[in-house]
Amino acid sequence: MATKVTRREFIRGGVAAFTVSFAAPAFLVDIARAQGAVSRNLVVIYLAGGNDALSTVIPYTDPFYFSRRPAIAVPAGQVLQIGSDASGKALGLHPRLTGLQTIFNEGRLAIVQRAGYANSSRSHFQGTDIWGTADPNNSGGTGWLGRYLDALPSPIDPLAGWNTSGATYRALTGTTIAVPSITNPAGYSFASPNSGAEAINERNSAIRLASAAGSDRPNLAFVNTSAMEAFATLDRVGSVVSYQSSVTYPNNGFAQALKTVAGSIAKGIGTRVYWVQTGGFDTHSGQGNAGGGGYATLMSTVGDGLLAFYKDLENQGLLNSTLMIEFSEFGRRISENGSQGTDHGAGGMMMVIGGAVRGGIYGTAADLNPRPDNTTLENAGGDVTYETDFRSVYAKVLDGWLGADSTAILGGNFRTNAPAFI
Amino acid sequence: MQSGDALLDHLFRRAGFGASAADLQAVAGMSYAAAVDYFVDYDKQPDDVDSKIGLPDYVSVTTRGQFSPNTNIDDARQRWLFRMVHTRRPLQEKMALFWHNHFGVGYSKVAGVVGAVLGTKMMANKAGETPGPQGHYELVRQMAVGRFRDLLIAVAQDPAMLVFLDGRTNTRARPQENFGREVMELFTWGIGHYTEADVYAAARVFTGWNLRNVPGMVANDPAAYQEFQYNAAQHETTAKAFTFPLNGGSNTIPARAAASGMQDGIDFLTSLANHPETARRLAQKLWNFFVSDLDAPDRAFVDAVADVYLRSDTEMRPVLRFILNSGWFTRDGNFNARLSWPAEFVIRTIKEMGWTGFSVDSARVPLTNMGQTLFEPPNVAGWQLGRAWFGTGQMLARMNFAATLAANQKFNLARSFSTTERAQAQRVLNAMLQRLTAAPYQSPELNELLGYLNTGGPWTGSDAQMSTKAAGLARLIAGSGEYQFV
Repeated sequence: MATKVTRREFIRGGVAAFTVSFAAPAFLVDIARAQGAVSRNLVVIYLAGGNDALSTVIPYTDPFYFSRRPAIAVPAGQVLQIGSDASGKALGLHPRLTGLQTIFNEGRLAIVQRAGYANSSRSHFQGTDIWGTADPNNSGGTGWLGRYLDALPSPIDPLAGWNTSGATYRALTGTTIAVPSITNPAGYSFASPNSGAEAINERNSAIRLASAAGSDRPNLAFVNTSAMEAFATLDRVGSVVSYQSSVTYPNNGFAQALKTVAGSIAKGIGTRVYWVQTGGFDTHSGQGNAGGGGYATLMSTVGDGLLAFYKDLENQGLLNSTLMIEFSEFGRRISENGSQGTDHGAGGMMMVIGGAVRGGIYGTAADLNPRPDNTTLENAGGDVTYETDFRSVYAKVLDGWLGADSTAILGGNFRTNAPAFI
Repeated sequence: MQSGDALLDHLFRRAGFGASAADLQAVAGMSYAAAVDYFVDYDKQPDDVDSKIGLPDYVSVTTRGQFSPNTNIDDARQRWLFRMVHTRRPLQEKMALFWHNHFGVGYSKVAGVVGAVLGTKMMANKAGETPGPQGHYELVRQMAVGRFRDLLIAVAQDPAMLVFLDGRTNTRARPQENFGREVMELFTWGIGHYTEADVYAAARVFTGWNLRNVPGMVANDPAAYQEFQYNAAQHETTAKAFTFPLNGGSNTIPARAAASGMQDGIDFLTSLANHPETARRLAQKLWNFFVSDLDAPDRAFVDAVADVYLRSDTEMRPVLRFILNSGWFTRDGNFNARLSWPAEFVIRTIKEMGWTGFSVDSARVPLTNMGQTLFEPPNVAGWQLGRAWFGTGQMLARMNFAATLAANQKFNLARSFSTTERAQAQRVLNAMLQRLTAAPYQSPELNELLGYLNTGGPWTGSDAQMSTKAAGLARLIAGSGEYQFV
């Protein structure tokens, strides 16, 4: 099909794509401002794969922690002590979580032990969806953050939510909003094979082309909306590229995503909800021993990244307008397997960080003794039973931080017994 | 490019990656049923695509030193992209992509355990090119339309899978649940048909399904490899009870001597592959892949396809022939009723816009930005399909890939029109729409595309105007919503 050309001709004919940037339409900036460019942010941190909560917050005086995890237990002498919970059980952070210990000692880290729900799914995909829908009986449909964003005053800024991951998450799925997925602001620009006025003509045509399809062609309109929202957000997202952080972030995907979030908060581009994820938590094997190994690397990533983000925000006076909540789709089995790992379990943990957070340890640790009358365990003593419904944590965030109505968004009242971290 | 027959175009988009002029030549004059046979009975065409790599008239690859697709993952990606562009067996590459998504093995974890060289070999070693078994993708490509039961067993013994889901460390004292769970949840019948007790039992079934080093692990030595080994000493020999019957009979796999204990896994996988719920789940995935991901699977389709699957002893070839000849597939309401995967978008754009002087290496990073890095599905469940491909950043990456390719092909595009076509903007648009097979535009969009050609000065069809406008128009079309459907 291609016309035959010599290589010399081809090189002469080919030019590099030319990148052009355009100012955001003023009305969108106004929307951002009206919806509170300097108001409160929520940063949701997802540890993908099912974080082994018992290795994050370690019950280092429970003899069954050591007997059921002979290979992977972290020695008691290595844990970073954070005191005891309400039941008197002494707890320590994983030794690589020095960053989180710093935040804990500043009183700005809340740990919610045994967060989860009844009959916890052991499936990554169903579990992640349930944490997203906030309905243990329904893993399909919209997510709790999508419903929060849907309820914002119309017209909703296309940048009200920002997913820094390339994947799509149930939690961010709304009825009217589509949260943009922007992994790299530096690559977030419009390219044309032409330059100057021709590139502008082409871009203007592209915008009109993308806005032509009506609701009678919903699937086409959906795709076109993703293009329209790209055009509408190019300039604001592009502004984040020039962000100069006040600290040096670790050079990994998680920390760099947090740096991008800090940049967009500092630039006041108007985003309310950010989603940041880091993976590798499906530790069926090679968790490591003596406080080292694969899980230790994960903990360094989390702890060092979050501390950099925390300090960066603190230095810029933005800590009081930012709340981070952390979750994973399930905790892991108490007993290790033969691969220096742990398989899918039930109750996990959550963390909440921010300038407005009342730090401390919420909830009680499980007793890891697999005796039949131990109500803190389930599945014949194999897994941790949840104590705090994860939706009560969501409710506290929605009501106490975002000023929303949690009962409408969660489809019920989960305020009762919510941990009082705000 | 368009053939003039909308049904044939549909077949090329779904069973292949769109059509170049050479592709259309291969089926010229055939009836539709014969064209389906051409796709399905692909072993009648030689598997000679790799011999074209590096030749003129084909899309390029970029070499860094020696081209090493068996031991360097970026080169493996280039070889795969090259095959998708130029294969004479489009359905084989299409099904390899389908199975890669179905079995969800990712390079990063594998390479993190065994290193980059062996990790690439485990993903992409072509049989015989370096010592050791063929890689995961080569395996699913080779078995793409054979019996699913055979494929499932081969994948369960595939070194990449044994690393990815940790089977290599599944031992008798403390069995490892990762593979035992996912083989039921994701690879066969899906969630809802088993309990936690079944996961424990399945973990025990696969104890001793491990790996061994040949000749001994030497890091980054292309001659070293790992292969499946049934390690009888690590097999847990007691009976395994399930909550469901196996192969329609007993709920229990009997206790066996360690030496013959590998049969536990064969029995279990056979039972899962032959199960009607597995047939139904595969039928649903095939609906979404071949028929539509805009509409939910038609129940009658699922029943019919599951029936063909079971009657064909789990062989996929008759299943695919049935689907492609079925009224569900051929109904024009299902033309352009699926959102393209990034790999499909990239390959079709290359095949239709042109490739002379373009390297598939230039598609690697854009594919990642679109959300699909080959050999790197986000997790064992594969990619999220359909609308999930269309975040703003991902859509922008598609538009920008179209810009990169249009800029690269500017010269060819400008000169691809006849003198008659160049005389009128409308004719240039018509010719471009023959070449780039977007879903049909309605008149406002057609006016917009024509308006673009007429913006910036009166239409003259000069070389300078063609150079600018042909590339700009190609980018507009390939970057439009309509072009994202297949």
